[in-house]
Amino acid sequence: MARPLSAPAGTLRREVSDALVFALIATALALPFIGIYTVPATAGLRLATRLPDLVAIAGLAFVGRLGLGLARGPWAAGAAVLGLAVAAIGWVGLLPSREVAVFAIAAGLVVLIRGAMRAARGSAEPGAGRRTGADALADGAARLLPYLGPVLFVVALVLPFLPFVDRRLLDLAILVLTYVMLGWGLNIVVGLAGLLDLGYVAFYAVGAYSFALLALHFDWGFWACLPLAGLFAALFGILLGFPVLRLRGDYLAIVTLGFGEMIRIVLVNWTSLTNGPNGISGIPRPSFFGLEFTREPQPGTQSFHQFFGLEFSTLHRVIFLYYLILVLALVTNFFTLRIRRLPLGRAWEALREDEIACRAIGINPTNTKLAAFAIGAMFGGFAGTFFAARQTFVSPESFTFIESAIILAIVVLGGMGSQLGVVLAALLLIGIPEWFRELQDYRMIAFGAAMVAVMIWRPRGLLAVREPTIRLGRRRRGAPS
Amino acid sequence: MLDLRGVETFYGHIQALRGVDLHVGEGEIVALIGANGAGKSTLLMTVCGKPAPRAGSIRFQGKELAGRSTHEIMRTGIAHAPEGRRIFPRLTVLENLQLGALTAAPEHFATDVERVFTLFPVLRQRSGQRGGTLSGGEQQMLAIGRALMSRPRLLLLDEPSLGLAPMIVQHIFRVIRDINETAGVSVLLVEQNAYHALRLARRGYVLVNGRITLSGEGAALLDNPEIRAAYLEGGARSDKAGTGA
Ligand SMILES: Nc1ncnc2c1ncn2[C@@H]1O[C@H](COP(=O)(O)OP(=O)(O)OP(=O)(O)O)[C@@H](O)[C@H]1O
Ligand SMILES: [Mg+2]
Repeated sequence: MARPLSAPAGTLRREVSDALVFALIATALALPFIGIYTVPATAGLRLATRLPDLVAIAGLAFVGRLGLGLARGPWAAGAAVLGLAVAAIGWVGLLPSREVAVFAIAAGLVVLIRGAMRAARGSAEPGAGRRTGADALADGAARLLPYLGPVLFVVALVLPFLPFVDRRLLDLAILVLTYVMLGWGLNIVVGLAGLLDLGYVAFYAVGAYSFALLALHFDWGFWACLPLAGLFAALFGILLGFPVLRLRGDYLAIVTLGFGEMIRIVLVNWTSLTNGPNGISGIPRPSFFGLEFTREPQPGTQSFHQFFGLEFSTLHRVIFLYYLILVLALVTNFFTLRIRRLPLGRAWEALREDEIACRAIGINPTNTKLAAFAIGAMFGGFAGTFFAARQTFVSPESFTFIESAIILAIVVLGGMGSQLGVVLAALLLIGIPEWFRELQDYRMIAFGAAMVAVMIWRPRGLLAVREPTIRLGRRRRGAPS
Repeated sequence: MLDLRGVETFYGHIQALRGVDLHVGEGEIVALIGANGAGKSTLLMTVCGKPAPRAGSIRFQGKELAGRSTHEIMRTGIAHAPEGRRIFPRLTVLENLQLGALTAAPEHFATDVERVFTLFPVLRQRSGQRGGTLSGGEQQMLAIGRALMSRPRLLLLDEPSLGLAPMIVQHIFRVIRDINETAGVSVLLVEQNAYHALRLARRGYVLVNGRITLSGEGAALLDNPEIRAAYLEGGARSDKAGTGA
């Protein structure tokens, strides 16, 4: 049987035999998936084989495992060369198919990085303990961490006016910020109160549709609808909260997942209200204190560019939307930072840790949970309102389960409860895949690889440090930190 | 101060308390001893409202507690350091204490923390450490400290000596006496460590299979041959005494 990779490096012979065993298992697994496929024939289906691919995969498994094994021992430099060679073979197209080539490049690079990291460390401090390169990286990052938040904040503030920023980047930034806000909202429920919610997109949908319907039927504007949409979403949060009060963990996740789907299915089928799958269009755009972003304003009103004496540009509206979502997200963040220090926020964290102990210190778990669902949902509703206003169109398609999964992934990947972690994870999960859209399907492979890498090196999330909400003696200096 | 009359508690069909009568007077330390599974923890938890008693009455300072929910009961001046300590593991020592004070008036917080740190100086050194990383003894001190933060009139302690070294046990028992004497807090103490518990307590009860079978002065119970046989393993006077059941 193959050893776990965490075992200490063995002899060269052992590594080779280990890799052989590994390759054998990989071949056995690959045989039905890769080795055989069906082709349509005159009478039904015919089985065909893909022998070259199978051989290539087996070889790749052998070399990859060998490289990883060697990368832990004194042959790390050799492993790096091996990795480079594999990647090069994949690159120049010596392999039977494109898919196998992509895997070869990815596997080769992983081996190369591991081997090179180990080799570099080995020459710097011989016999170093079990510190990995990622640890060193994390240490360095930890020293810079206190500055990261403020730096990101300043960059976010001036972003629209940076010279290299164009319409495309700004749209992307708006998208990322929307997810940052959703991540922060869900973080209240999942990160603080510890209630695993797989249906968060439901509240996003409630917010978006509330605004869409209010605008459609009563002709109300964005600013009038924003608080109402938040309120409706909060009510739905309580509606979800009641039946799941006694549930925890897996069961809670399943019910919330169902809730999210229910909302979407209602939106699809209640055609008389929601116009079904066709969605609602013509949603008004938000105004800037009553000033519209149009070239030709309605008679008797002024538009943004006229009021400020500017040349008309569609970019104004995009910049405004950017700042709007930035403010909404920052409000969410500020709220969370504040409430953590108030009794309700502290009760949430206590609830996450131990519900029985919570009761023993006089916390009412029912109200505390409902408050978490309601407030988390409210911020989801705000984000939904923004989404509707930005798209001027909503349809149930935008609120599928995958959205909930992505938002949850942002929270988990960021390190449950970490506000800055949510920002980094949103950049990683939303920003990078969108930016590399032209790479098409390969971006999803890269995305998966990045997720795996994070889970290996930062299993508790990118930033898993939890800031205490109170320290001894507010003198700061005297307190050991 | 605390009066239980005919209290019966069930877990589903299983009856854990079979008509318990128990009294804790103002400023008293009362010990409750009994074998594993006798229902000691259940009794403390029943006072706290979960599980709720199916019959009987529980009066605290003249008010009926039976039928009220836990978080209400915990605001009437009762604090519970439950079995297994139940520290909030990812929160720091200070945050744990702060949570204990959730039901108390905020202006007392600084003095109350100071008092806990004076009783358990090690907690001051560990104030920024996460609760889950404390040693067992430190966690027990934190559990008692957290219970004290709500400024209780009655403290329910469930096996505070469980798994602790004799030195630490003595320290904790000294602190319990101290809390009782200086702050006048009444204590209902559940213990396997019958020797220590009965020496500390003014009165004691023995619980067997959900029934009180014996009660009386702590010293008298200590000398009772039945108790010596059942809970003191021949009356050994060492710190190891009382671990049998
Ligand atoms: N949640 C529960 N569900 C069902 N039965 C329970 C539950 N909790 C306790 N019991 C049962 O009730 C009885 C009393 O349990 P309890 O925990 O009160 O005992 P104890 O006197 O505290 O014992 P120990 O000294 O071991 O802590 C036991 O028989 C136990 O199995
Ligand atoms: Mg017990």
